[in-house]
Amino acid sequence: MRYSIYNLIREGLGGHRGWPRAWRNPDPKPAYDAVIIGGGGHGLATAYYLAREHGLTNIAVIEKGWIGGGNSGRNTTIIRSNYLFDESAAIYNHALNLWKTLSRELNYNIMMSHRGVLNLAHDEGEGRGLKRRVEANRLNGVEAEWLDAKQVKDFCPVINISQDIRYPVLGATLQRSGGVNRHDAVVWGYARACDGMGVDIIQQCEVTGITVADGAVTGIETTRGPIKTPKVACVTAGHTSVIAAMVGLKLPIQSHPLQALVSEPIKPLVPCVIMSNAVHVYCSQSDKGELVIGAGIDAYNSYTQRGSMDIIEHQMASLCELLPPVSRLRMMRQWGGIVDTCPDASPIISKTRVKGFYINGGWGTGGWKATPGSGHVFAWTVAKDDPHPIAAPFALDRFYSGALVAEHGAAAVAH
Amino acid sequence: MFLITCPYCGTRDQSEFSNAGEAHVARPEKPEDLSDEEWADFVFLRNNPKGLFAERWIHTAGCRRFFNMLRNTATDEILAVYKVGETPPRVSTAEPATPSGEAPIGSGNDAVKVERPEGGE
Repeated sequence: MRYSIYNLIREGLGGHRGWPRAWRNPDPKPAYDAVIIGGGGHGLATAYYLAREHGLTNIAVIEKGWIGGGNSGRNTTIIRSNYLFDESAAIYNHALNLWKTLSRELNYNIMMSHRGVLNLAHDEGEGRGLKRRVEANRLNGVEAEWLDAKQVKDFCPVINISQDIRYPVLGATLQRSGGVNRHDAVVWGYARACDGMGVDIIQQCEVTGITVADGAVTGIETTRGPIKTPKVACVTAGHTSVIAAMVGLKLPIQSHPLQALVSEPIKPLVPCVIMSNAVHVYCSQSDKGELVIGAGIDAYNSYTQRGSMDIIEHQMASLCELLPPVSRLRMMRQWGGIVDTCPDASPIISKTRVKGFYINGGWGTGGWKATPGSGHVFAWTVAKDDPHPIAAPFALDRFYSGALVAEHGAAAVAH
Repeated sequence: MFLITCPYCGTRDQSEFSNAGEAHVARPEKPEDLSDEEWADFVFLRNNPKGLFAERWIHTAGCRRFFNMLRNTATDEILAVYKVGETPPRVSTAEPATPSGEAPIGSGNDAVKVERPEGGE
């Protein structure tokens, strides 16, 4: 059923008993034209564009938990595209442009809010780096501007710009079209749209093996039986190395916990997204009024989806100096997700030496913002067995050729 | 994993230590003979297992010495610490039952611990 004001009123009069399920819960078929491992935002977006743009509808998304229960449900939903290099600007801006119309396209309100993203500078060196990034962004058609400290205060009054703190705010870059959205709605919107085109979304089904014959994928083994397929797309943020090992691939990926936490809900205080590399914290306010706070990864490898307390203490200390009024706020929830980090802080969107096995992963700490763009170019790569021009620089062979896309500065999260 | 036992200093808070990645990665003996693939393997490619992992730590805020640790990355259980140059001790630990599965304790992932409801659609 299409979601509209007409249907809302009709169902409201009927006590809301007539709404159909947003997507089916099918059993796996014995064979598909392609299987996507991982039912998060990127996996579902891949399935959506495979079905819509490439006509592949006999496909399945396999998810070991429930859709959106992994990193899609654990990130802080910050959207921006102000990356330094041409390759990154291309993919993140492609995503940002898709975000702008996604609610209408999916007929599902993803609560996209273009409230602006501030990246603060706390010393002159960092300020020069950020100004350089603004100029690089503009050359690439990415919207960006530089604000001095007073303009930062005007845009976001809660920020402490006094010059007598340990790391004073000297200025910031602002991307006005950046912002936040609702993670669940994105996942559910994509799932519903996929299902509407005939894609099977299979939850509570873990992939336990991938069968390969003569260097080509022939199918997968799952906890709900084997499935034959010539194409397997691995979109398992947090487990990319584990899945790749099933076909004998070793990757330049290390998996780390990344923590986030939310405060008790308060009245509107933070009108935009605030990010700081130097004191290292980022923060936005959800529509419920909670401050959503994150910072850097835990430096050790882990798959536990938990992190260590010292990381949280550090980011809260930073936040209290940056936004003094929050010092008495209580924190309500804290959690960790597992991020797959690459040595150059850029993702891997690639074919592999196993025919029919494709990888979209290694997004590190910033995959959410790329969700629609990532799915869009990866669907092309899978459907045509040829990298989309935007995805080509992110192929695995960059680690052999040396053509890295080193985005540690713009990634804005230490890893 | 809040307490780490440094083999030189004893048990200290984890925040005193820094992780230094996978252990037992040997520098190539004849670097001039390496192909691009072999260089990439040495510089960039690392094991990243869910389960038993040998890694290096350095006691940054203590003796500043490197040492090795065996840890289960699926549960964060520390199984052994040993000095650089020593052979890793034999340990046993519960590996995940399936490759991407979660251990009953030590994992923060509740999504996959929930059973599928009986007779669900």
